[in-house]
Amino acid sequence: MRRSSEGWWYTAKGAARDRNIVTTAGAIALALAFPVINQVLNLGWEAKAIPISLFIVLALGLNVVVGFAGLLDLGYAAFFAIGAYSMAFLTSEVSPFAFVREGQPVNFFIAMLISSAVAACFGVLLGAPTLRLRGDYLAIVTLGFGEIVPLVIRNTPEVTKGTQGMNPIGYPEVPGVHFATDPVPWYYLIVAVLMVSVVLTGRLQRSRIGRAWAAMREDEVAAASMGVNLVTTKLFAFSLGASFSGFAGSIWASYLQVIAPEQFRFDVSIFVLVMIILGGLGNIYGVIAGGLILGFVDRIMFDWFSAIVHGIGRATNNSELELTDTSRMRQLLFGVSLVVLMLVRPEGLFPSARRRAELHAAEESETEAAQERAVIEDIE
Amino acid sequence: MPCGGARIDLFLAAIVIGITNGAFIALIALGYTLVYGIIELINFSHGDLFMLGTFACLTTLTLLGFATEVGIGGTPWWALLAAMLLAMAFCGTLNVLAERIAYRPLRKAPRLAPLISAIGVSFIYVNLGLLWQGPTPRRFPDLLPQYDFVSQMFGLETLVRFTFKDLFVLGLAIPLMLALAWVIRNTRMGKAMRAVAQDSEMASQMGIDVNRVISFTFLLGGILAGAAGLMYGLYNNNTVFTLGFDAGLKAFTAAVLGGIGNVSGAALGGFVLGLLSAIVITFLGGQWDSVGVFSLLVIILVFKPTGLLGQGASD
Repeated sequence: MRRSSEGWWYTAKGAARDRNIVTTAGAIALALAFPVINQVLNLGWEAKAIPISLFIVLALGLNVVVGFAGLLDLGYAAFFAIGAYSMAFLTSEVSPFAFVREGQPVNFFIAMLISSAVAACFGVLLGAPTLRLRGDYLAIVTLGFGEIVPLVIRNTPEVTKGTQGMNPIGYPEVPGVHFATDPVPWYYLIVAVLMVSVVLTGRLQRSRIGRAWAAMREDEVAAASMGVNLVTTKLFAFSLGASFSGFAGSIWASYLQVIAPEQFRFDVSIFVLVMIILGGLGNIYGVIAGGLILGFVDRIMFDWFSAIVHGIGRATNNSELELTDTSRMRQLLFGVSLVVLMLVRPEGLFPSARRRAELHAAEESETEAAQERAVIEDIE
Repeated sequence: MPCGGARIDLFLAAIVIGITNGAFIALIALGYTLVYGIIELINFSHGDLFMLGTFACLTTLTLLGFATEVGIGGTPWWALLAAMLLAMAFCGTLNVLAERIAYRPLRKAPRLAPLISAIGVSFIYVNLGLLWQGPTPRRFPDLLPQYDFVSQMFGLETLVRFTFKDLFVLGLAIPLMLALAWVIRNTRMGKAMRAVAQDSEMASQMGIDVNRVISFTFLLGGILAGAAGLMYGLYNNNTVFTLGFDAGLKAFTAAVLGGIGNVSGAALGGFVLGLLSAIVITFLGGQWDSVGVFSLLVIILVFKPTGLLGQGASD
């Protein structure tokens, strides 16, 4: 039972550690073997696995902000956009920078690092003045920021090409690997980023700063009086989350080859948020599981669902049913799942033990009281 | 000289538009501030409730047979009244139901839980709207008399317009706000609301049914959103299912500007925000509207998080 609270294998004890190592090794092997399995079973999921794993990277970053530090960030897609546009500015033929346009694009991997640094800087710029505010104000400020960024991109076509979007964007150049034509290297690139993210956030959670985040999340006043500097601690979580988002954004831009402001709306922020809430805020494995489940439902099951609906439409000659746009129901699904999750299981499917304790503090104290009563009755 | 004159004209015209738009924003902002004042929840779905309010009016008017008639044969006042009452009842009920189902069970949960639940409700509303009226903007019948006081009554030739529509919106919104103030100040329920807002535990020990008071607050917020729905529809003559998001953010900004939890602050904030947004639209262009509003929100929260009239809302 305590396993999920440990976060990373070296902290687990005895049998739990062995189980953890087996599970982790199994998951890594499965992730690495996926392209082969996909090929053998002829699933055709390679184009779906890439966005799903990329969104899990995003979710891991948001988990640092929301799950570890308890800051509700509703404008996470803004940093995703900033990362994507930074990549485009540094490598695209339509970049506003003359040196890039004239045939000296920045190397993909350097551009990736720069993009994530740019996103982190924006995180600091937005966070420094607003992180002093109470949680729900922060939620609205980040929401506003998430709206402003795509709007500014759309309204400044001389720099960002506006709604037309930026295309093409530079590829990673590795000798012998064909990023331009083959999705498999993209998959491995993103899985590598994902694994680094898991290790990084897992170690951070167990570090001094991670404990400071947990203390702050649970009680700001108590944390501050124990010497935690609230502003810098929050700012670090916020900008770290932003840098993850920027990193993911830069890869996303290069993978898609065309980016436009409409791709970075509020839906994206909410989608990532639902992932981490579904899986269990604050628990890295839970977040990955949540991301996999939601990605599977969203990218794969929805296709099946539309195929079934359209099939029924064709079979019954109901043209309205045949042409129904099932993607419209996606948002409805999000909405209902958010409400139901909050009501039924606010801690998510695979919560960290600490958060479960937070959310069920009242019930536990009741059961404790009942146990005490039982003990007293026994004595009597 | 004529250039300077045109600028002043433009500015005055923007002020009139701003005040009228400020009236809708203020009505929606009141819904945010009432709920926040009483249970400290940012009712994220409130803007979308307003959108559903415009749809309820549109459907009522369509059913009564006034969907296509464009101001012919005089204004059907009874139909407008029916639409408004229906929209008020609809939005009020929906808001109370949302509170009952999605927020009440979470009252003891950490702060983020009800907010996330409210985001979920907002998504549900948007999709209800999408299923109800489809994805394209819908025309709202233009039923008010076309009369411009400035040019037709006073015979002045300027860009400034103060039409019957402006009068209608202000003539409906201001009495509604005054009525709300009266309810809060003078009725038994209003007193109970103020008590719960101050200290709900203490209030319940004094014999106040806290749940009933909270439901009543949501009802009031919904009623105002429904009324704002009719005004918006008649004034702008269109509505679309995505309307709620921007309207909600603007109204929330207005509520924060005035000091969230403060009723007169929300009304003031609504008018200030309406003016600001009209000036931005006139002089910078419509595409910068939201950018201006959100930048203002960030600036207020940074420099004066308590808002214009608030006291100690931020800690």
